[in-house]
Amino acid sequence: MKSTSRLGAWVAIAIGTLYFVLPLIATFEFSLKMNRDGYSFEAYKVVLADPGFQATFGYSTLMAVLTIIVGILLVVPTAYWIQLKLPRLRPLVEFITLLPLVIPAIVIVFGYLKLYNSSSWLPLTGNERATDLLLMCSYVTLALPYLYRSVDAGLRAIDVRTLTEAAESLGASWPSILLQVIFPNVKSAILSGAFLTFAVVIGEFTMASLLGRPAFGPYLQLIGANRAYEPSALAIIAFMVTWASMGLIQVFARNARPARKTA
Amino acid sequence: MSTSPDSLTHRPEPGAGQIRKGLTLSALNWLGVAPFFLFALLFLILPTATLMIGAFQDADGHFTLGNIAKLFDDSILSAYWISFEVSAASALGGTVIGLALALAAIQGGLPQWIRPTLMTFSGVASNFAGIPLSFAFLSTLGRMGLVTVLLRNYADFDLYGTGFSILSFLGLTLTYLYFQIPLMVLIVTPAIDGLRAEWREACESLGGNSVAYWWHIALPILWPSIMGSALLLFANAFGAVATAYALTGSSLNIVPILLYAQIRGDVLHDQNLGYALALGMIVVTGLSNAGYIWLRSRAERGRE
Amino acid sequence: MAYLTINNLHKRFDDHVVVHDFNMSIEQGEFVTFLGPSGCGKTTVLRMIAGFETPTSGRICVGGEDITQQAAQKRGIGMVFQSYALFPNMNVTQNIGFGLKMRKCPADDIKRKVAEVIKLVELTGKENHYPHELSGGQRQRVALARALVVEPRILLLDEPLSALDARIRKNLREQIRDIQRRLGLTTIFVTHDQEEALTMSDRIFVMNQGRVEQEGRAEIVYTEPATEFVARFMGNYNLLGAADTNRLLGLNISGHLAIRPESIHVLDGHSQQDGTLAGTIRQHQLLGNIIRYQIESAGITLQVDRLNRTASDLMPAGTEVRLQISRDDMREVR
Repeated sequence: MKSTSRLGAWVAIAIGTLYFVLPLIATFEFSLKMNRDGYSFEAYKVVLADPGFQATFGYSTLMAVLTIIVGILLVVPTAYWIQLKLPRLRPLVEFITLLPLVIPAIVIVFGYLKLYNSSSWLPLTGNERATDLLLMCSYVTLALPYLYRSVDAGLRAIDVRTLTEAAESLGASWPSILLQVIFPNVKSAILSGAFLTFAVVIGEFTMASLLGRPAFGPYLQLIGANRAYEPSALAIIAFMVTWASMGLIQVFARNARPARKTA
Repeated sequence: MSTSPDSLTHRPEPGAGQIRKGLTLSALNWLGVAPFFLFALLFLILPTATLMIGAFQDADGHFTLGNIAKLFDDSILSAYWISFEVSAASALGGTVIGLALALAAIQGGLPQWIRPTLMTFSGVASNFAGIPLSFAFLSTLGRMGLVTVLLRNYADFDLYGTGFSILSFLGLTLTYLYFQIPLMVLIVTPAIDGLRAEWREACESLGGNSVAYWWHIALPILWPSIMGSALLLFANAFGAVATAYALTGSSLNIVPILLYAQIRGDVLHDQNLGYALALGMIVVTGLSNAGYIWLRSRAERGRE
Repeated sequence: MAYLTINNLHKRFDDHVVVHDFNMSIEQGEFVTFLGPSGCGKTTVLRMIAGFETPTSGRICVGGEDITQQAAQKRGIGMVFQSYALFPNMNVTQNIGFGLKMRKCPADDIKRKVAEVIKLVELTGKENHYPHELSGGQRQRVALARALVVEPRILLLDEPLSALDARIRKNLREQIRDIQRRLGLTTIFVTHDQEEALTMSDRIFVMNQGRVEQEGRAEIVYTEPATEFVARFMGNYNLLGAADTNRLLGLNISGHLAIRPESIHVLDGHSQQDGTLAGTIRQHQLLGNIIRYQIESAGITLQVDRLNRTASDLMPAGTEVRLQISRDDMREVR
């Protein structure tokens, strides 16, 4: 009986692998066919040399980095403070951080356009820099569920309250408690949240498109509508960026394990 | 220890000081979370609230139910219906297949490396949504896609001759499954890990076989998690814009694309109807998320 | 003919031997305990009897029938787990009735038998509660009832009390023993707690590193340890190596000498009785009804227990005393 269930498991994994790998192979194969006389990396060369690609990818990377910095500055102190001083607010804060999973991105950005349009009390869509700020804030909103959950889990794993009290009783000042005790212990949680945020933000389409900013997502859409082979090359690049982000999370999660044991 | 009258008379004063200090401390405590709440208010709650209010206003700001009534026009209702169908189909497929994959990897007795590989891949694939995903499926199942071509050349099977199109309901569902299945794997894995080996052993020692274990114990325990995950998957698909837009343009009439087009000013030209559309989306995703949270808390309650 | 016999049982995981040449036989109705530190293989033997692990080699027979290769669900052996393993989706009645349902018992019979066993384990009034609504002690009684109701040939208890508070543990200990006697159940109990083993068992198997160190009736294992390990594990024996034994007592032995703390008599420092040893009190610990002294004699520290009668009996550190140890209380162990 055990061998039949193992056979079933193999079949399930095999079909799953086929479904998930086939599109990748197909995309890769298609991306190599730009030259009519055989496989080549021509599509990648064209894409990477395109100033539009460089500009939008750079813009989205910058946005992702800013989002991660602002997101961490917003989430880490809040999560720490909630655990330490205001535990009864935890359900409320958790609820708020999960809202972006409930309210679709398109609805949130629609709200921005209504609330912050150029004739409103806070015309953030009025000029480009302000719109960039708005876009970044929208990305922080999108990243909130991932960032908060990983930071909160990291803080919970180390029992912040006891660690803080121990550091206080040993005479540590607040800055050194935060920088030398708390932060090193949740570093990997923060980093994994950060990489996940990067993966989400880098190819984001809806927010950037509706706020009219030159990000990578809208560029992808534009190329997709007008070119044949480049989109496949871009899809492979995007997949590798996502894969790299996730791979880095794994690396940091693995490094964190022994560190947590000694802590 | 000292009980001298001196210390007694002095006691109330530091006490009062402590209360005052406590008050300023709690005010400080609130200050610590103020940036977060301010951010949430400005970029999450107010924007959503203003839409919800807008849904009940006409162009001049007067109260009306007219926008909500317009949601029940045939064209809009059909958009909701197609959205519902795509989301439900991809949620159902994602739930069943994702569950099967997770069970196979965790409890199927496969080699050790399968599980971490599946988990890492699921992390990647569940985030590989949006426009690149639509490119990948066009390269696979589009008219010139690899699978379409291979089937035509080697199996003599004309996929598009059967009425299939990647731009259709079925095509979109198949594409959505690419992030729905891995998402299911990620959500349901903790629940499967929660199935304790002793439950199976207890069942065995009481005379129950494998079927009895799954039917009477494992599935009932997993059931709230499975249902909850399905609802989360449904909400996830219902709000997705980019994949569908890049894949089908405006050819498939689903709500997020309708709303996208409305915001871009392509159709409708009625702001307040747009707000009502948004409200409708929040209601649908909100309800399914509420269901998810409720079921998850039920699932957690049972854990010892 | 013994009811349960185990011959030459071996179990290895990869290249790690967990159970090494295990042999035993149990009579019907006997209460037997496997006692040992964690990792000594006691739970593995239990799991092989239950059918959750397959022995690498060896034979397990119940009532003359070889069950070594039989599936767990066909063995009719009841098991109570350390973590209770109650099904969280079922209430008390459903949990207890599960085994009968699997045996295709008629509904009326199930109802009657479940009601009986609920009364037996004193859970009346909790019939419709779910596991998460019960206390630890109540959960373990449900687990016990669930194993009992199918009238198993053998009942296995895997550290069933170790997750419970001290008070509840004592209470449940007596209840389990009482039910076992009343039903005449052949029972194997696994624990790392020697007090639990001593109070409950007819017979004890002391296990260490996959082997049986000693087996025997509870009182024998306690007073006559066969090996150094058993002496260390069973009580607070004073264990002297060969050199120390020679220095202190002038005796020549090959292994260790074990002397129980309560068998050393403390006499007045001026006593001139023959065969006594001079000693100096170093410190003491108060253990309730007993005072445990650390007494140094010939450079060796011995633990000596005395009854705590009155506060004035207490001998302060530095007191010179004479120690008397009877030959009968010295045991040479391997």
